[in-house]
Amino acid sequence: MKYLDEFSDPDLAQRILERIHATVTRPWALMEVCGGQTHSIIRHGIDQLLPDGVEMIHGPGCPVCVTPLEIIDRALAIAQRPDVIFCSFGDMLRVPGSGEDLFTIKSRGGDVRVVYSPLDAVKIAQDNPDKEVVFFGIGFETTAPANAMTVAQAKRLGITNFSMLVSHVLVPPAVAAIMESPSCRVQGFLAAGHVCSVMGTGEYPALAEKYHVPIVVTGFEPLDILEGIRKTLVQLEEGRHEVENAYERAVPAAGNPAAQAMLADVFETCDRTWRGIGEIPGSGWRLAPAYAAYDAEQRFDVTGIRTEESALCRSGDVLQGLIKPHECAAFGKECTPRNPLGATMVSSEGACAAYYAYRRLELVGS
Amino acid sequence: MSEQHGSGHVNDLDFEGWTCPLPLRDTPQVVMGHGGGGAMSAELVENLFLPAFAGSSPGELGDSAVLPRPAGRLAFSTDSYVVKPMFFPGGCIGDLAVNGTVNDLAMSGAVPLYLSTGFIVAEGTEMSDLGRIATAMGKAAEAAGVQLVTGDTKVVDHSSGDGVYVNTAGIGVVPDGVEIGPTRARTGDVVLVSGDIGVHGVAVMSVREGLEFGTEVRSDSAALHGLVADLIGAGIDVHVLRDPTRGGLSASLCEIAAASGIGIEVVERDVPVPAEVRDACGLLGLDPWQVANEGKLVAIVPAADADRALDTMRAHPLGTGATRIGTVVDEHPRMVVARTGLGGTRVIDLPIGEQLPRIC
Repeated sequence: MKYLDEFSDPDLAQRILERIHATVTRPWALMEVCGGQTHSIIRHGIDQLLPDGVEMIHGPGCPVCVTPLEIIDRALAIAQRPDVIFCSFGDMLRVPGSGEDLFTIKSRGGDVRVVYSPLDAVKIAQDNPDKEVVFFGIGFETTAPANAMTVAQAKRLGITNFSMLVSHVLVPPAVAAIMESPSCRVQGFLAAGHVCSVMGTGEYPALAEKYHVPIVVTGFEPLDILEGIRKTLVQLEEGRHEVENAYERAVPAAGNPAAQAMLADVFETCDRTWRGIGEIPGSGWRLAPAYAAYDAEQRFDVTGIRTEESALCRSGDVLQGLIKPHECAAFGKECTPRNPLGATMVSSEGACAAYYAYRRLELVGS
Repeated sequence: MSEQHGSGHVNDLDFEGWTCPLPLRDTPQVVMGHGGGGAMSAELVENLFLPAFAGSSPGELGDSAVLPRPAGRLAFSTDSYVVKPMFFPGGCIGDLAVNGTVNDLAMSGAVPLYLSTGFIVAEGTEMSDLGRIATAMGKAAEAAGVQLVTGDTKVVDHSSGDGVYVNTAGIGVVPDGVEIGPTRARTGDVVLVSGDIGVHGVAVMSVREGLEFGTEVRSDSAALHGLVADLIGAGIDVHVLRDPTRGGLSASLCEIAAASGIGIEVVERDVPVPAEVRDACGLLGLDPWQVANEGKLVAIVPAADADRALDTMRAHPLGTGATRIGTVVDEHPRMVVARTGLGGTRVIDLPIGEQLPRIC
């Protein structure tokens, strides 16, 4: 794709790598926040090409991975109702709840459908007026605008058989929570470019200042990631901690004001539990009172469902960057993409799944 | 060989040209009675299937086909086709069902001879759709030089199915001296593909409900036995052949590595993925190496034969894009490893089930 392939060019990548090697004089630990970046780093083998001592810690930015177990269980409870068509992004279907997953519900006759856009779910609602259509609205600031627009559109069109199970999460409070953790080793952040393309970069200077960490807004193609890493390392070597933008072609400082206005109208900030990590204050969005009629949790009365995590799974430690996926005792043994114990082994953006898919050669041998 | 058997190209099919013959016009949709074994079933065979299969069927209607016994070893394969939508750019479930089973036979080096055709049709299916599918099967069989010698149709009610499902089983004969099989890959062998990968799956996805992204990709559905015959005819000691259908290139390579107990190293940038396939997969969050192909093959040949095999494939209309993508190695037995464009490595894994579109 024009304007995309250029950002995978091996010769240019080699040049940035040379500059990185020339920059680094000592070990550094960087965190890429976003699961899409984790996927790209492992898929292209970028971390293998960095200087010894430069470590990439994989952050909690996989929306599938951090969606709390009890929300999954509520989704399962709603999806198995005979009057419901349950619509979701594809990779949520295999995420294990406390007992089963959406695929299992589907195989038992539940009407579970994969959609590419929440607007598809509204169309399904219009086409099936005798059914309740529910969309599983999860994700970071990236997927939130389309979900907000969908709820607003359903309200405008007067569609009463549509609702959304909302569990949105926000990046800046998570960055703060990681830095507040006593075991934190992160010295610099690659901020998720797509989040910033919506929200802008305005939330980050205070974080960089408070925690003395460089934060570099970074894209997703190999060259984007390498340049984000390079800029972060240059700051660290020079003792600076500023917000820089290495993804200017997609991220204006102000973000996308139209999307922000839609988000402010439809959602309100709330405390949110992150799967494997725990509750982070002010780290989520839920539907605002004006849209309460579209809240699936209320419509189907599932707020009482509360559940606990598997004891074996250490996805919380992985998501906080405390251990690498293969340092979990269950990795590649009890826990594989086929039989995942935790969500990090499910999504292709999950750190455990990425390690399993692409790194098994070194990690568990043949 | 290739001229004799045709290339299996189906792009010239006129799906709109099928008109319902008189006795079937009273029932423009398939009803339960068409599978009941009575007069309506007979009408369906007489007026729909036999005319559609005219160029590729002996037209006899016994309970079983009685066939001459060919000399040599037999290859026997079966496959069921459930693709939705049934019609997609570049083909339909009908030609897919012929080409797919022909290809399964061809991957053991067999010359395909006879196919059976089993239909399971949901009541309410448009008769014209069934006619278009049958016509496509007849034309694909004629192009491939195989005969549709026996068949069956069942009709199921609405709640049990949707549209048309097709099963084909095929018999072919393996020429003397040809030993092609999944366990024969050896260290030092070279891995070839016959052309662009990911095309069929993207063509189908491009017309799935709600996924119109304006791509021009057309299915590569084609019968590959002519291409295989050319390789064998050129005297190349082909060790392994696979047509990378479900699970795509990744699954085929993983299965070969497991069956032969060898490692495969693939050079990522040498794998031919057309830009439109890569773009569509990028938008949909899919891996083009795991997307189905219906007119491509993976060949594993001795290094000494590699160049000649490539020349032979490129001289055939279905192999013009043939290229070398990797090597069979001693290291990492039963594992496929790709060298990435940037110089890193990653393990290529067998897809678990269906590919799941990523959330963002």
